[in-house]
Amino acid sequence: MARQAKAERQPARYWDPYLAGAILGLVLFATFAVTGHGLGASGGMARLIAAAEGQLAPDHVQRNPELATAVGGAGHPLDHWLVWMLVGVFIGGLVSGLLAGRFRLTTFHGPQITPRSRWALALIGGTLVGFGARMARGCTSGQALSGGAVLSVGSFVFMLSVFAGGYLLAYLFRRVWN
Amino acid sequence: MDTLLPLNIAQLIGPVGEIIAIIALGFGFGFVLERAGFGDSRKLAAQFYFHDMTVFKVMFTAIIVAMVLVFLLCALQVMDYERIWVNPTYLWPGLVGGLIFGAGFIIGGYCPGTALVSAATLKLDGLFFLGGVLLGLFAFGELVPKIWQWFLGAGALGRYSLAQWLGVDPGYVALGIVVIAVGCFVLVEYVERMMASRKEVR
Repeated sequence: MARQAKAERQPARYWDPYLAGAILGLVLFATFAVTGHGLGASGGMARLIAAAEGQLAPDHVQRNPELATAVGGAGHPLDHWLVWMLVGVFIGGLVSGLLAGRFRLTTFHGPQITPRSRWALALIGGTLVGFGARMARGCTSGQALSGGAVLSVGSFVFMLSVFAGGYLLAYLFRRVWN
Repeated sequence: MDTLLPLNIAQLIGPVGEIIAIIALGFGFGFVLERAGFGDSRKLAAQFYFHDMTVFKVMFTAIIVAMVLVFLLCALQVMDYERIWVNPTYLWPGLVGGLIFGAGFIIGGYCPGTALVSAATLKLDGLFFLGGVLLGLFAFGELVPKIWQWFLGAGALGRYSLAQWLGVDPGYVALGIVVIAVGCFVLVEYVERMMASRKEVR
């Protein structure tokens, strides 16, 4: 699979998957050791949404138990570790991309579809992922990776279910990617 | 006596120190995701066509490394498993939510964390995906409490680990998972080579 890189500026190679996995495992372990909980991504995004709704329609949020818990607690709804972690993930990805020469405006898409249809599919897929993550109380980071490492039964159920969902639909969407 | 780990971070270095520590850990997370190639939706989706099993390799290596360290330190009584957050189990929402999530993954090409890294490196598909995630989170928050509140608690088992389920010491479960993971690594290396040679023939 040729990774088409522009000849003028070759980006850095990706790390070996097992090395990247081992380092990710150390980061995950360090997070448990320092904070008592794992990593997370969708939880912070849920707080962003709930906080925005709280600004626009405070009464509405108070009447909705799902949203009220998301903005609940002392202090500002965005002053929560899940939100601070998002800040770190964003900066970490940005710095790595800059150093590797991969900070470049582009759209990744399969050879048979246009960037425009790729954007539409990304939006639809993202919506399903956001919906599913909220239902499952976590995503690949907070639920599968973090819960899996501490042997939560529910996290393994979620993990298997995610892979099942992806593989079941892979054939249907093969033209999107191949 | 209290174990050393997990640290009581807020008490040790204060609330601002805690925020800085969490941003630093998040930084490490985002950095590794980018270096593993997870800012590229094509690489993530290739997992589902068996061309490139990087997602599986990275994820399972990370799980076994963190898991072995956690349970080793717990066995040495340096860490207290009871003070570690174990995601509570809700079987049905986890199962159905996972299937919806998996469908979104193959259609959209990312998950929330990888989309954030992708958008941070100016990938527009990552940005659109991220917009979708926010939309999905919003839709769930608005719809579900009204319609499916009962479903969210379906199959609730609380804090429930594989070790409790199997009725054995967590050390054995961890060992078993390492053995299974190594077996799977051998298998996916073989599958990748097979797919690569098939492509050459074509």
